[in-house]
Amino acid sequence: MPAARIIPCLDVHGGRVVKGVNFVNLRDAGDPVDVARRYEQDGADELVFLDITASHEGRGTILDVVRRTADQVHMPLTVGGGVRTCDDVRALLNAGADKVSVNSAAVRDPDFISEASKRFGAQCIVVNIDPRRVMWDLGCRKSDMDGRAIPERLRLVERPAPEQPGFRERWIEQASSNPTSDIPHPPSCAWDVHINGGRLATGLDAVAWAIEMADRGAGEIVLTSMDADGTQTGYDLEITEAVSRAVSIPVVASGGAGGPDDLYDALTAGHADAVLAASIFHDGTHPVPDCKRALAGRGVNVRVI
Amino acid sequence: MIRIVDYGSGNLRSVQKAVQSLGVDAAISNRPEEFSPEDRLILPGQGAFGDCARGLAASGLREVVLEHIAADRPLLGVCVGLQLLFDWGREDGDHPGLGVLRGEVVRFEGPTFEGPDREKIPLMGWCPLLAPEGKSLDDTPALRGLGPNPHVYFVHSYHAAGADPDVIAAEAEHGGRFVAAVHRGALTATQFHPEKSQAVGLQILRNFAEQ
Repeated sequence: MPAARIIPCLDVHGGRVVKGVNFVNLRDAGDPVDVARRYEQDGADELVFLDITASHEGRGTILDVVRRTADQVHMPLTVGGGVRTCDDVRALLNAGADKVSVNSAAVRDPDFISEASKRFGAQCIVVNIDPRRVMWDLGCRKSDMDGRAIPERLRLVERPAPEQPGFRERWIEQASSNPTSDIPHPPSCAWDVHINGGRLATGLDAVAWAIEMADRGAGEIVLTSMDADGTQTGYDLEITEAVSRAVSIPVVASGGAGGPDDLYDALTAGHADAVLAASIFHDGTHPVPDCKRALAGRGVNVRVI
Repeated sequence: MIRIVDYGSGNLRSVQKAVQSLGVDAAISNRPEEFSPEDRLILPGQGAFGDCARGLAASGLREVVLEHIAADRPLLGVCVGLQLLFDWGREDGDHPGLGVLRGEVVRFEGPTFEGPDREKIPLMGWCPLLAPEGKSLDDTPALRGLGPNPHVYFVHSYHAAGADPDVIAAEAEHGGRFVAAVHRGALTATQFHPEKSQAVGLQILRNFAEQ
């Protein structure tokens, strides 16, 4: 069994590392190559670049960042953000990414994952899943925490493209025409896959979706709890454990890390194979070597350099 | 000069840049006439065994690689570049390899890969290199001077099985011990990625460049 991986995630915008909360008040945090090199020296096990450049024209910039980083930093690099086509995957791999992560595009077109895995190999296709907790009522209907209905069993109906007008309404209409009474004992709480930065519920059960993605050839799942993300109060251990036990591929816990104890909980109680975090590493409150020492001291198998 | 065999298998830039960072010349070549007996070859490989085996044959570089190995000139296989050296690959059907080493490439399997607490496939992450029974890592020139407990980066679902114990240079642990590196004469190959294994990996590439 490999050592538990500690993975810093860097948000990249316009060729620079940026920091900010929920994509607002972005502050410049340095050149990606410099930041990556510092993490390499710190003994981070992998790096993730998340391209938060919204525009299509910005795509060339991330390729340049990946190229410059991979030329100088000799460790595994995953790149995500706006990956929609096999051409996107190929361009990132050729620039030097070892793995490419896909989020919304997998929901819009699950066949994309099958095709990308077949063409490039499961080992380089990562699927990001953003679960958010939802409530079930006794009629087996889900609602979000604001009481809005969430469509059921979307996988059984045709998926309208989310960017089309009226998408959500038609989604609910289609889903509600599919009886869901075959769920005998609804849990009081479950997790729905969300897209668009956690704003849009898809009606997909996060555990079922993770299983489907693994079956379609994803090589790894990064699970970012939309409830925990940004809170620094710990990972959502329940969904992490549920997904990790349900699939045979590695699962990376993400969202909510506030310190080494949270990493420990995700790797033990959460059964995660790796932990991803951003601010605790960037802000210097809990540097990677400190976290690894703390984990090793509590008996977790980590790579200490 | 280190020459990286380009037969259409993914990105070779990381390997090239890692070698160049050591101050060693490294070129990527895809035409047989570019290869010289003086070269040290790196045979990379990413993705499925069958695709790589077919790509190598179609590129016309299969013969270059086989001749280089037959003449006992230095060659370093990496990942699927290790797997191709064996007789057979069992990924999505049965595919003939180069047949340089005896054995076959099979998927990880066993009781530890089943049930909710299973070990994960692909193996993705850092494992320490272990010396095979009765051997030391230092027996292999490319694996010398790695320091205590050297961790290297693996990412694969298939591994070599049934290899001649004499050629196994290093092992790692994932549901049991598996072949992490092989060595015979001037031929060395690693299942892990030295170009992604930080200082330990760079030391292996340096050893290969200087051996």
